[in-house]
Amino acid sequence: MSVLAADPTYETFVLNMGPQHPATHGALRVKLVMDGEYIVEAEPVLGYIHRMHEKMGENRTYHQYLPNPSRLDYLSAMACTHGHVATVERAAGIAVPERAEYLRVITVELNRVSSHLLWLGAFVLDLGGFTPLLYAMDDREQILDLLERVTGSRLTYCYFRFGGLYNDVDDDFVDGARALVKRIRDKMPMYHNLITKNVILRQRLEGIGPISAEMCRKYGATGPVARGSGIPYDVRKHEPYSVYPEFDFDVPVYEQGDSMARYLVRMDEIEQSLRIVEQGLDKLPEGPVMAEKVPKIIKPPKGDYYCAVEAARGSFGIRLVSDGTNTPYRLKLRSPCFSNVSLFGEAARGLLLADAVALFGSLDLVIPDIDR
Amino acid sequence: MSELPEIFRVLAFVGGIMALVGLNAAFSVWLERKVAGHIQRRIGPKEVGPFGIFQSLADGIKLMSKQLVVPAKADPVLYRLAPALTMITAVMVFVVIPFGPALVARDINIGLLLIFAIASVNVLALLMGGWGSNNKYAVISATRAVSQNVAYEVPMLITVVTMVMIAGSMNLNTIVGQQQNLLQWYIFPWNGSLLLPVSFLIFFVCAMAETNRAPFDLGEAESELVAGFHTEYGGMGFGLFFLGEYGHVFVGCALASILFLGGWQCPFGWLPGIHWLLLKTYLLVFVVMWVRWTYPRTTLYGLLNLSWKVLVPFSLAILVLTAAMLKVF
Amino acid sequence: MKAADVQKSLAAVAGVQVGAVDYAARGFHVDVTLPSQEITAVVQVLDQEGFFIESITGVDWLGEQEALAKEAAKQAAAAKKAAEKAAAEAAEQAAGEAPGDAGAVAAPAAEPPPAPAPEESPEPEEDSFEVVYDFNHFRELCRVTIRVRVPRSLPELPSISDIYPGANWHEREAHDFFGLVFTGHPDLSPLLLPEDADFHPLRKDYKP
Repeated sequence: MSVLAADPTYETFVLNMGPQHPATHGALRVKLVMDGEYIVEAEPVLGYIHRMHEKMGENRTYHQYLPNPSRLDYLSAMACTHGHVATVERAAGIAVPERAEYLRVITVELNRVSSHLLWLGAFVLDLGGFTPLLYAMDDREQILDLLERVTGSRLTYCYFRFGGLYNDVDDDFVDGARALVKRIRDKMPMYHNLITKNVILRQRLEGIGPISAEMCRKYGATGPVARGSGIPYDVRKHEPYSVYPEFDFDVPVYEQGDSMARYLVRMDEIEQSLRIVEQGLDKLPEGPVMAEKVPKIIKPPKGDYYCAVEAARGSFGIRLVSDGTNTPYRLKLRSPCFSNVSLFGEAARGLLLADAVALFGSLDLVIPDIDR
Repeated sequence: MSELPEIFRVLAFVGGIMALVGLNAAFSVWLERKVAGHIQRRIGPKEVGPFGIFQSLADGIKLMSKQLVVPAKADPVLYRLAPALTMITAVMVFVVIPFGPALVARDINIGLLLIFAIASVNVLALLMGGWGSNNKYAVISATRAVSQNVAYEVPMLITVVTMVMIAGSMNLNTIVGQQQNLLQWYIFPWNGSLLLPVSFLIFFVCAMAETNRAPFDLGEAESELVAGFHTEYGGMGFGLFFLGEYGHVFVGCALASILFLGGWQCPFGWLPGIHWLLLKTYLLVFVVMWVRWTYPRTTLYGLLNLSWKVLVPFSLAILVLTAAMLKVF
Repeated sequence: MKAADVQKSLAAVAGVQVGAVDYAARGFHVDVTLPSQEITAVVQVLDQEGFFIESITGVDWLGEQEALAKEAAKQAAAAKKAAEKAAAEAAEQAAGEAPGDAGAVAAPAAEPPPAPAPEESPEPEEDSFEVVYDFNHFRELCRVTIRVRVPRSLPELPSISDIYPGANWHEREAHDFFGLVFTGHPDLSPLLLPEDADFHPLRKDYKP
């Protein structure tokens, strides 16, 4: 607003990027006040696919709500459902067998890899490189096939149950997951050679769309966005849940805060997730995948509970207020993309349109996760 | 052909060039999709005809059967004129391209100049289309296309001047005639100037930028500007832009092969003719497509910097050095 | 331990009740309850401590006071009944035993009934919205939950969007869903709901 306030005759025009636009990856609209190719003001307009999942939560029993969280961040749906079951398990005091926890971690991490691969393709597509999308999709497809065999769905998983899992995995899954880890690990050097080392890509990302650590704090940005700004915040390490303390993995952190840093964080995270999957497969204990005494009707004691998990895009939290009945009294979904996109207006100010698209892609937004 | 009455000659060439532009677009689209497909580890079109070769024909029929919608508040004249203009310029530049020793519509001695004069009009068509369709994305795209074309015409013309100095002619057929075999191609540094390979590179990059091809396709940057200047065009309006674009790509590559790669001459002196020009041209077209499906897009400022800060100084230096060398030797 | 430090510095703000929570059972460390006018002061303290904002949301406690009153009445009735029963038993006992003992036994049992009686006001207190702020720390393990109660008839409280710009959208969302009015907020137009929405779907009395 500063330029406009200083000089009312200053000539700008409004450009509506979205709700249908190739770069917004869904029904998000960004109202841009432009000065030629430069952005003076950027204001995301949300709510085009708002479905009021929080109200649905108040009207359904805990079991009936199980499929809903995977409709938020549909690209890392496994992590969202993990957040939901973990919250309810914490509230109702349900213990989960170790094998189930291991399988949860393995599937969540596989899902994270698939999410990052899709992001990689879509991000380079935003920058005008079409080909990596199909390579990334090809690898992602293998993960989806594998997960489909155990969970029965390709995107919107409903695999986790209170107290365990819907079903156990077989040897095929274990072998398939091992082969997959090898396959993607072998592919990563190719991605780095083709994409990361590309001069045009580096020129388009380095120094573009800087986000400072302070900005992340003020806006509550988490996940790769925060880690690209030098904040070593990862719920898996910071606030260990499930069996994550058992695993040896690093949290990639880059200090630059530009789009390249966020890009590199995600590329490194793929490798870290593969490490976790590998260790999980090695350590996978025998035993049941479902707790023995899970009540048919879950009635957590009165009070409120919070549980956060690290989804592919940041910290996904659920605040559950229980009144002691079989439905939640209030279910607040704290989605990472909502906070991450809220800083877009400030970060995009003064950027070129093309750079704003790069910044937008580097935030890795999933619109249903924002709109809920 | 010269013994035919002039009117038949003209008609034959008009028909031939029109057919070539159409066939070239159809073939280029098919080639583009096949190249893209194989680069992306898929097959590309395969259903319509053998290897999907008639896919473009089907697409063309689809485009022609669609209604031409003129958006509300668009400038009706400019909006309709723009695709036609881009097509006209694409056809006109073919007039002086020598496809064979005698296979040239008008063998005039300023052929090179004519090509650039007409090709520059093409940017006007983009501007008209962008402005006329009353769409902000189209306007941004049109302004981008203009600044891009202006920026890249300068180093391209300087390079062409270098070539004219070496060849001593602006007649394309004469230039081709001088490169009788592989060793005499102007791409090689022993044929006039040590920096000729660099000149070729500059010319080729400029040709890519002039024709709005990736990684310089800022005019139709689909992830930023939806579809750029032809956002509002459907049916054959879009189809003509497409025909024109591939026509220009063909001309750019044909010119590069005429100036540097011996045009219709055979590298080994066998059977000179149109097939050699087509072969060389489509090899270069393939390279253009290869680049397109490998690289991401630059930004406008990266593009302009490349032109004004790298290509213009380099081409000027080459011009001066070549002049000096020609004077000395 | 960060949680203890924060508790101390938050307790310094007037009118704030700070409590530690069992993290393993509830998922957060510090639970702060405070009157609405103190929210900016408390958030400023958190800002200085380097916390980041997780979310802002509301909880509609419609019917809470009624339930509380009912509960109190029930308890009072139960206590009264127990007292009467005890008195009756005592009387029975007294009838069988020495009369001197009976008074000593009955007196303590008879005392409780008068205590809940004043709470049993004819009209229950007004129900309230609870506004819940979640804060978290990037480097240390400390989740802070702040609760503010505002009456349902006048759900107003100060905005913190000038301290945390990220709160802007969270407050707009809370305004969408609950009709909470954050005074000093630059723009409370609907964020997730349609532009012309005049309803607040997460209120418990909302009927679509």
